[in-house]
Amino acid sequence: MTTAAVGIKGVTKRFGDVVAVDHIDLEIADGEFFSLLGPSGCGKTTTLRMIAGLEYPTEGSITIHGEEMGLRPPNKRPVNTVFQSYALFPHMTVTGNVAFGLQMQKISEDETRRRVGEAIDLVRLSGMENRRPGMLSGGQQQRVALARALVNRPEVLLLDEPLGALDLKLRQAMQLELKEIQREVGITFVYVTHDQEEALTMSDRIAVMNEGQLLQVAPSEEIYERPNTRFVAEFIGETNLISGTVVEPGIVKLADGRLVKARTHSGAGTAVTLNLRPEKIDLHHTEESVPEHFNKLSGTIVRRLYFGDSLFYEVDFGHSIVDAREENRPGRERFAEGAPIIAAFHPDSAEALTE
Amino acid sequence: MTTRDGSALTRRLDRILKGHAWFVYLFFYLPILVLIVFSFNESRFFTWEALSLRWYRQMFANDNLMAALWASLQVAAVSTVISTALGTAAALALERYKRFLGKRTFDALLYLPVIIPDVTMAAMLLVFFTSLGRQLSITTIVLSHIAFNISFVSIVVRARLANLDPALEEAAADLYAGRWQAFRKITLPLIMPGVLGGALLALTLSLDDVVITQFVKGPDTLPTFVFGLIKRGVTPEINAVSTLMLTASVVLVLGSLALQRRN
Repeated sequence: MTTAAVGIKGVTKRFGDVVAVDHIDLEIADGEFFSLLGPSGCGKTTTLRMIAGLEYPTEGSITIHGEEMGLRPPNKRPVNTVFQSYALFPHMTVTGNVAFGLQMQKISEDETRRRVGEAIDLVRLSGMENRRPGMLSGGQQQRVALARALVNRPEVLLLDEPLGALDLKLRQAMQLELKEIQREVGITFVYVTHDQEEALTMSDRIAVMNEGQLLQVAPSEEIYERPNTRFVAEFIGETNLISGTVVEPGIVKLADGRLVKARTHSGAGTAVTLNLRPEKIDLHHTEESVPEHFNKLSGTIVRRLYFGDSLFYEVDFGHSIVDAREENRPGRERFAEGAPIIAAFHPDSAEALTE
Repeated sequence: MTTRDGSALTRRLDRILKGHAWFVYLFFYLPILVLIVFSFNESRFFTWEALSLRWYRQMFANDNLMAALWASLQVAAVSTVISTALGTAAALALERYKRFLGKRTFDALLYLPVIIPDVTMAAMLLVFFTSLGRQLSITTIVLSHIAFNISFVSIVVRARLANLDPALEEAAADLYAGRWQAFRKITLPLIMPGVLGGALLALTLSLDDVVITQFVKGPDTLPTFVFGLIKRGVTPEINAVSTLMLTASVVLVLGSLALQRRN
């Protein structure tokens, strides 16, 4: 077994009485694009700063490629950071900023010049070498920050919400570009974000955090398809949470007495919450068109919203209101407000959550 | 109708305010202008005779005056350098370290010399030096000037530091800079306009100070010497000295402002 790029063992960070990070364990593999995802104040940035050496854990240990970091200061760690505010040195040119780390490491002038040139090419900033940060756009500053960190060839690159300050279009373009660059250089990326879509599209694996704790660590798809808690289910994308009780393995009784087939992980009698994504629900006029083993629930459309690429329905089941989303494709039936319908979903799409 | 009335009123207000501004300027600068003009007057009295540099020649020939000027320059130079270093260090400590023992007290006390009357500060220093059994000399003047200048320097430097993103120093550390390197390569160049601005302010304050110097002096500095001359009656020589001091102060203050404003 190869050693993890980053190993976090039993790490807790307290600021006075506040527990920012609460006893977390985590292993990040070499070459992985790993995201720490959670709402603000969940401890994700503190975790990143502890890897960088900008904060020290109150308890626990952090290793980088098996080497204990302890109280080692940031300038002695094989990691570099892209800061949320970019933190570009305003009195230096683009070249000066990118060369700074190499100069501090006393790399020869020739090699510095060559590597700075390569890094500036990599982030496509050629021609801007002699500009100061104040003369660059937000997106360009972001690239300088990236080049300034990557030029040092860190074992791990830490990114603290690097795209947060950019507008939507630019952010989406930079997401793709970051992912490209990560593939190209093959360095482990640890990426902090509160944007679930960003985390899903870019990451190999995601760790969802809340209130200092790790709730789930899994590949993107699993985080979305198989969240392990209500918090993760609600934080990642839109979802319906329907309460019920397990009757027997695979069968859940809803509050109104109807039975549905679902993925259960607990014994009869446990109270559960069914996690059902809006796009997993198919709407039908009659039961005949629903495949055999699907769950079928009758209800009424109470509201319809047109999104262009999809149609969004609110369906009243008498006891609860559930959101359904249908892609806007040719041949798809549309349903009017007030129409009685059958909502169908595959048993695998309904996950019974106990937490 | 109302708008026309309103704009007429606004126009009249504008005129009154402009007139008032001119009046204030006149009030400030007329005496200075009179002083400058008469420093170039041949006559000993306040009647215009002819353009002359007589008083400037007399001033440069006055050995006591020149000794005072030399003392002033020495005091100003030494106290500026030391108070700038100490004031900058104090500003860094207060701005960059979240908490240390006695920080709040230190923070409040640092600005004391700015608020308390010069006379009080002067008396305090005099009592302090004599209780230590210290002979009053040029050294006690320098120490006193350092004491009040630290406050002014640290106020100016702190204003600059407060606008500096703390992440810049973290970025430097992240990019393999040690603490000293981070300070020298990143922090110091970025706060330099504040440091130089503070230094020029200290220089000006030191060159201008009468009250505190008067209490703790050994030898005369230029301002205390002029103050002494005045007691024996106004001579146009004082006009010449004042004009020179004024010019030096204006240059220093303008320089200080320009540096503080520079990005």
